[in-house]
Amino acid sequence: MISFLSHLVNGLSLGSVYAIIALGYSMVYGIAKMLNFAHGDVIMVGAYISFCATQYWGLPPLVSVLCSMVVCTVLGIIIERLAYKPLRQAGSLAVLITAIGVSYLLQNLALLIWGANPKVFSSVISLAGFTLFDGQLKITGEVVVTVVTCVAVMLLLTWFTGKTRTGRAIRAVSEDKGAAQLMGINVNFSISLTFAIGSFLAAIAGVLLCSSYNTLMPTTGSMPGIKAFTAAVFGGIGSIPGAMLGGILLGLIEIFGRAYISTELADAIVFAVLIIILLVKPSGLLGKNVQEKV
Amino acid sequence: MTQSAKRRPDTKMVPVPSTSIIPERDLGKLPVLECQHLGIDFGGLKAVDDFNITIGRTEIAGLIGPNGAGKTTVFNLLTKVYEPTRGTVMLNGIDMHGMDTVAANKQGIARTFQNIRLFSNMTVEDNVRIGLHNQIRYGMFSGILRAPSFWKKEKEQHERSLELLSIFGMQDLADVQAGSLPYGAQRRLEIVRALATNPSLLLLDEPAAGMNPHETEELMNNIIRIRDLFQIAVLLIEHDMNLVMGICEGICVLNYGRIIAKGTAAEIQQNPVVIEAYLGKQKKEAQEA
Repeated sequence: MISFLSHLVNGLSLGSVYAIIALGYSMVYGIAKMLNFAHGDVIMVGAYISFCATQYWGLPPLVSVLCSMVVCTVLGIIIERLAYKPLRQAGSLAVLITAIGVSYLLQNLALLIWGANPKVFSSVISLAGFTLFDGQLKITGEVVVTVVTCVAVMLLLTWFTGKTRTGRAIRAVSEDKGAAQLMGINVNFSISLTFAIGSFLAAIAGVLLCSSYNTLMPTTGSMPGIKAFTAAVFGGIGSIPGAMLGGILLGLIEIFGRAYISTELADAIVFAVLIIILLVKPSGLLGKNVQEKV
Repeated sequence: MTQSAKRRPDTKMVPVPSTSIIPERDLGKLPVLECQHLGIDFGGLKAVDDFNITIGRTEIAGLIGPNGAGKTTVFNLLTKVYEPTRGTVMLNGIDMHGMDTVAANKQGIARTFQNIRLFSNMTVEDNVRIGLHNQIRYGMFSGILRAPSFWKKEKEQHERSLELLSIFGMQDLADVQAGSLPYGAQRRLEIVRALATNPSLLLLDEPAAGMNPHETEELMNNIIRIRDLFQIAVLLIEHDMNLVMGICEGICVLNYGRIIAKGTAAEIQQNPVVIEAYLGKQKKEAQEA
C-alpha cells in the first residue's frame, strides 16, 4: 500500500513536469499551428543556465532560476523570429523540419559549450520534505514544489487566456489570423508572446526536472520533450486543461508501468496507451472535434 | 416597394470635382475615402484597374457587379490585405500607402466578411472585445499584477461591449458561444465586432447573404440606424438589389475589375451599360450590332 502511494506521488511529480512542458507545446501549437520540436531542448538550456548560475557564478538558487527564465524567454523569441517567422507562409512540413533542425542545433551547441559528460545538478529547492505514515512515505520538497507550480501555472494560464485583453488576442489569432489582423490585432506580437510564454514555462520545467533527477546532459530535454508532446496530444492539443490532464496521466502511467509491469517497457507502455486513446478519440481526451467545413 | 421608397434617403447627390458624387450634406466635409486610379495585378490579370471612388463622411454607398467582378478584391485593397499595384487610397485625408491591415484598422476602416469569420469558439462578448482591443488598453503589467486600473478597464470593456451589442438587441447573448448563434445573429455580431474597432468607414461584404426577406428588411433599417448613430460612412457589397436600391445613396458598378457606372439608385437602374453587364446584350441591340 505504501509503495503504491509512493509511486502515486512520484507519478504526480513527473506528470506535473510533463504537464508544464505540454502547456508550452500546446499553446504554441494553438497559435502557430506548428509542433515546436525544439521545445524540449529549451528545457535543457534552461537547466544548464541554472546549473551555471549556481556552480560557476555562485548565485543563489532562486536567482539562478530567474536567470534561466529570462534566458529561455529571450531564446524562445529569438528562435521564433529567426527560424519560424520567415516560414509563416510556408507549408507546415517546412516548419516541422526547421523545428527539428533547431532542436539539433541547440543540442549540439550545448554539447560544444558544456561537453558530453553528464553534470550533477544539485536541487535548487531547499524546502524540506515531510513524511507520512510513521516515516514510511517520504514526500520530498521537490515533489511539493513541482505539483504546486504545475497547478499554479495552469490556473494562471487559464486566467490569462480567458480574462485578459492580451490573452483574448492570442485566442483570436489562434482561431483566425486574418480576421484578427483586420480587427487591429498585431498577429506577430501575439505569436512572439506565446513563444515567450512557452519558453518561460520550459525554463521552469527544466529546473524542476533536473532538481528531481539530478543529472544534466545535452540530450536531457529530448525525451521529456517527446513525452510532453505525447501528453499534449493525449489531452487534446491546443487545450490548456487537456495538456495538464494529459501530462499528469502520462506521468502516472509511466511510473506505474515501471513499477508494476516492466522497467524496460515503461516507455513502450506510455506510447501504447497514446495509440489506443487516439484510436478511440482522435482529438485527444479534452480536445474539440474539428469538423472540416466543405 | 412603398416602404423601401420611404426608407430611401431623399439625399441630393452632387458631383464633386471629377465624376464622383457625394451626398449634399457631406459637401463641406473631408470625404472619408478617396481612391484614385487604384489597381492590382495578379500575374498578368488586372483584377482591379483604374478604380476611382469618393465616399462622403456619412454616405451609404453600394458596390455592385456580377460575380468575379473584383468587388471583394477592392475590399481587400482598402483593408490592406493586398498592397495595390497602382494608385492611391486616402482615408480621412491620410495616404494609406505602405500601411498593413492593423494600421488600416487603426486608421478607421473596419469590415465584415462574405463568409462569416467570427471567432466561433469564443463568446459573443469576447468577439466584441477583440474589436475593442485597440480602443481600451491597459499595460500588460497592470494586467499581470491585477492593478485597480486593470479592473477599471475590464469593466469599461464589458460595459462598452454590452452597449454595442444592444444596438442589435443582443446583449442577453453575451455569454453564448459565437459559433452556436443562428446565422442571422452571426452576421449581426460581425457588424458589431467591426463597429467596436471605432471605424469611420464600415465595409460590409454581402451583409444580406443567406437572409430571408424579413431579416433583410431589418438589416436595411439597422444599417441606416448605425450610420445615423455613429455618423460613419458605409460601403457595402450586395447582390440583393432591393437592399442596394433601397438604402444606397451612391452606387458604383464594377465589371471585369473596372467601374462601368456610378450614380444614384435611379440612375443606375436606367443605365444601359449596367443592364448589359447583368443581363447580356438585348436581342434587338445584338442584331443591330
